[in-house]
Order: sequence, then structure tokens, then C-alpha cells
Amino acid sequence: MTVQEQLRHRAAELLADGTIDLFVGYAASDAPLKAAVHVARTAADAEMLTWNSFCAPNVAALLPKLLRRPDGAGEDWAPQRVGILAKGCVSRSIVGLIKAHQIPREAVHVIGVGCDGVVDRHRAARLFTPAAILDAEPLDGDRMLLRGTDGAERTVDLSEILLGSCLDCQHRNAVLADETIGDPVPETGPGPQEDAATSFAARPIDERWEAFEEEISRCIRCYACREACPNCYCTECFAEETEPHWIGVTTDPSDLMLFHLGRAFHQAGRCVDCGACVAACPMGIDLRLLTHKVNRDVEALFGGEASVSLDIVEPLLQFEMTDDEGFITEP
Amino acid sequence: MTEASERRTDAQGDWEPRIAAFLCNWCSYAGADLAGVSRIQYPPNVRVIRVPCSGRINPLFLVKALQSGMDGVLVSGCHPGDCHYISGNLYARRKFALMKSLLEYVGIEPGRVHFSWVSAAEGVRFAELLHTVIESVRELGPAERMVRRVEAMP
Repeated sequence: MTVQEQLRHRAAELLADGTIDLFVGYAASDAPLKAAVHVARTAADAEMLTWNSFCAPNVAALLPKLLRRPDGAGEDWAPQRVGILAKGCVSRSIVGLIKAHQIPREAVHVIGVGCDGVVDRHRAARLFTPAAILDAEPLDGDRMLLRGTDGAERTVDLSEILLGSCLDCQHRNAVLADETIGDPVPETGPGPQEDAATSFAARPIDERWEAFEEEISRCIRCYACREACPNCYCTECFAEETEPHWIGVTTDPSDLMLFHLGRAFHQAGRCVDCGACVAACPMGIDLRLLTHKVNRDVEALFGGEASVSLDIVEPLLQFEMTDDEGFITEP
Repeated sequence: MTEASERRTDAQGDWEPRIAAFLCNWCSYAGADLAGVSRIQYPPNVRVIRVPCSGRINPLFLVKALQSGMDGVLVSGCHPGDCHYISGNLYARRKFALMKSLLEYVGIEPGRVHFSWVSAAEGVRFAELLHTVIESVRELGPAERMVRRVEAMP
């Protein structure tokens, strides 16, 4: 039985025996190189569940919305029981959400699955520019056949079109799971994208500013990156706050940059580098350029990876008397 | 004219840096006060914003100050271990270490953003710190990066 068949079977079982009220996973999408987030409530819904290398969204982002206590809920209110398909990064997000008291541990039933990485559709599309991708067909081995709207066909190695996050992934298997399906996949360690932030940092400062401004200026402020992110569970985001009015109602790049710097900073010590924001961005902005840098700094200055276990205290919620003082200006 | 384009000039019309200083109420603000009552001279390029604690300062304040046309930013609080609220400055230290690094990474000149510790007894240190900060911003010239050039709607 393939992993997908096991998934459908197990989700249907859990729904039928009342262990869970709904199951969150992926379903096939009409758009090429994309899988849709799918919520199954019945056995028929469970038959639509999909597991393939297009499953880029982080489905943990749905959990706070599904499990949040409604305003005015009485004492007898109880959260629904949610089953969820968790690749490594999704499981880390679930850990983060539990630690942040956004979801109760007992309300989620986690089905862990090993993940070989998911496709970055922007990266794939660049192979066909200016044409777009019409469809994709997985081939044997780690290869995929891509067809362009211009009629061109290309067979590519998966590593050419995976998300940068996936090439750099350290946790391909779930770090927290009630049960697992399929065989665990081997952990591969840092990949070729490992130095994305380091190589950017090595460029001269003027070049960095130009590159940053150019990249961020393409932002259309749709906030898809925020909506796709499991860490962005705030009911009121600083982007919409009016007192103070952080992000001005302008077309000025500084307002875009302020949003992205703020968003990246808010991820400090919590970003699991799932790449969901990169996958969600309609403009193909390399958002990882910022989050990856913050992750690297957190690791270097305070140590540890975000949300790999329930026992770790978030780095910005603690301190050491001996923390780095290298950045302090002495008169 | 937008806020950012109102450049601060001296009597000769030469550019003078404008620096936003976020000072904690208990140490650095008192340190600045001591510099004042002790008649210690320092240049008038700084706009002081008093905050309860360096831990109160949202790192985005710094970005916002630069966006609003400030040429430099200074954050100062109690020395580690001396925080009026026990540990506010220690949490702040972690946040600012990250924000400083992130700003430099995206291309904001490191000399525009400064952090330091000044106690209530260190009037001299406060004046010296301001000399250092103002000089480092003056060397860089007027801020161009991160500055908003389009007027925001209210």
C-alpha cells in the first residue's frame, strides 16, 4: 500500500471511530505544481487526501483557527478533535503552537510522515520563463517531467526544483506524532542552500541594500506569507494596527520593508523553516532570505533549533547573564 | 514636504544629523539628566524619548524612526544586572542583538543604530556616548535607506 493509500485509509478509520472530528491534510489541486489544503470530515472526503511532492503548505497554520475558543463560549465548550498529516516541519510547527498555548495537545492527533521535500513552483517556473508551467508528471526516481505553456518539455531532477528550505532540511520525519505512516526517510543534513544567508551576508553592504530593496519592492502586500504561516496566529497583526500605524498606506518601498523586517523579526526563535511563506508568495519573493538569517543568528547567539521538542524554552523568552555584548557601543 | 525631507540644518545651512534616543526611565534618562545638571556639554542632535525600560522598546521602533527620517537611533538602558524590573534589559539585549544584525544584513549601515548601557550615575559616560554616536552618524551622512519618500495617508 502506498503512503497515500495508507493515509486515506487511516484518516477514514479515525473519522469513523470518533477519535477525530476532522482531518487536515492535502488534496490535489487544479493548478500545476500545487496541492490544496484539505479538511476531511467524512470517509468520502478522506478519499481525496493526497500525499506527494507538491504538498508545500504548512497545514499546522489551520490549527489555531480550528481550535480557538470562540468568544462567549460556555464552560462546557470543548475543542473539536483534529487529525493532521505532519511532515517534519509541520510537526515542529505543532510543537511550537502547543508551547505557545495556541492549541491543546490533547485536541490534535498527529499522523507523522517522512518527507523528501516539496517543489518550489516559482523555482520550477523560472525554467520556463516567460512561458508558464502547464502541468507536471512525476517520473521514476527523483525526476519529474514538466510541460510548459509554450509546448516545451523538460525532465528535471527534483533537487533542481525543491524549496530552499527542503534542500536545507534537518527534520524530514515528524518530531512529534501519535502514529506514523510509511517508512521514515533518511535525514540528510544541510544541503546546497545551507549558505543562502551567509552568502548574502558576504556581499558588500551597498549591494545587499539594493538587492533587498529590489526583492521587497515586488511585494503587493497580499499578506499571503502571513496567512500561510503557522506562527502568525495573532488575531491582530502589527500590519493592521493603526495605533501606532506601523505600515503606512502608501506605495513606498519603506513600508513594504518595514512589514517584512517586522515579520522576519517576529519569527525569531520560532521559525521552523517550512518554506510555506515562500510557496504562498504570488510574486515569488525570496522571503527565506530574511527568516533564514534570523534563524541562523538565533542558532549562533542563543543556540538550539526552533520547536524540535516541547521542553525547549523559546530563546527570546529567556536570557543568560553571559549573552553576547559584541554589538554594544562603548563611548 | 514630507517629514523625511525636512532636513535638519544649522545656522550656516549645513546638514546636522538627527538622532532618536530611546532612554530607560531609571538609568539612562537619569544619566542624561545628570549630564544636564552637571553642565556637561554634548551636541544638541539628539531627540530623547523616555521609556519605562529598555525591555519596553519594540525593535520595530528603531526601523520606524529610520523610516520617519531620523539619521540614527540610540537605545540605552541600565547595565545588565541593574534593571529596575530585574531583567527587562536582559530580554532586550537578545532582541536588539538580533535586530541589529538583521538591519546590517539588509544593508542599513551599522553606524546608524547603536545600543549602550548608561547608569544614573554616569552623566559623563552619557555625554561621551552621544559624542561617539553623533560622530558615527555624521560620518555616514544623511540617511537614505529605509526612509519613506511618499507621504502616508492618515
